[in-house]
Amino acid sequence: MVTIAMLTGFILILMGLYGALTNHNILRMIVSFSVANTGVNIVLVAVGYIHGRTAPILNEAVPAAEAAARIIDPVPQALVLTAIVIGLGITTLMLAYAYKLYEMKGSLDISKFSELKW
Amino acid sequence: MIKNFIVLLFLFGLGMIFSALLLGYTPDSELNLTGRYYAEHTAQDLGAANIVTAIIVTYRGLDTLGEVTVLFLTAAIVGMLLSTGAGKGKSLQRKLSQSGELLTTGSHLLVPLILLLGAYVFINGHLTPGGGFQGGAIIASAILLILLTDPLYRFSHQLISIVESISGLIFLALGVLGIFFAGGFLDNRILPVGELGSLFSAGAIPIIYSLVGLKVGAEFSSMLVNFSETEDS
Repeated sequence: MVTIAMLTGFILILMGLYGALTNHNILRMIVSFSVANTGVNIVLVAVGYIHGRTAPILNEAVPAAEAAARIIDPVPQALVLTAIVIGLGITTLMLAYAYKLYEMKGSLDISKFSELKW
Repeated sequence: MIKNFIVLLFLFGLGMIFSALLLGYTPDSELNLTGRYYAEHTAQDLGAANIVTAIIVTYRGLDTLGEVTVLFLTAAIVGMLLSTGAGKGKSLQRKLSQSGELLTTGSHLLVPLILLLGAYVFINGHLTPGGGFQGGAIIASAILLILLTDPLYRFSHQLISIVESISGLIFLALGVLGIFFAGGFLDNRILPVGELGSLFSAGAIPIIYSLVGLKVGAEFSSMLVNFSETEDS
């Protein structure tokens, strides 16, 4: 279970990086970065999973007294919640910059932007 | 061609590192020290049923404040980047064909329900899997639905910024109250902890998370609104 989730996450990271490095369209690069970001989140959540345990929410099924033996690690989940929100912020910023670049050159092709190329 | 080869080489190396990590990974069978502390102390100390919420709002509340600040900065930068230079009012004159009857009626039916679900998710953040960030995203999805139905609909920027700044200020004020009436900055025990699992429990966590929900919803909405207003005429 953990292996499958981690493998999926790693494959998503590689796919995303491949897309970001080979595509010429800026929007496609942004989508690729989002895919890689999702992969990182999946790997992080998978690290916190412990076989045969349940979500870190206390209720009738998980009384507070035996919580430590019944729940998975809540820390990676809290971390990933933060990571998702920050990832969304980064995606938004990338989209805003892409819009400005399009406004400037009338094109989203990365090879048209050669000012900083050496 | 040579560039693609370098990319594949790089990804192959990264893949080797990942596979070494994956093969050498042994899952824990017990909680580590930090996780164990949170599991054992959350219920009696903070009274929150959802331990992830307790970590985000109280134990690591300062990080959440920073996270909300990052979101605020993002919304502000997006607003600044997209608003300057764009001809105001020009886009309003553009004629669009009417969106279909199904989409219009459907969105009139769904928007209030989506807003209600968002409010439910962030008010119950300390009991169920949910919370301010998720609820805020749901609220912003209602705004997105309105914009899909009518791309020229204009929201009041003033209302969005008022909701955002007031909820942010109360969030900070509750955090400062924690210094005087409880253990420290953003401590939730300024209100009674209450009975585990009831709606009015976990001290200030429901209030703080509702404010976070409103703030995040307002920030996401302002990003969406800014993007929609860039539409060319």
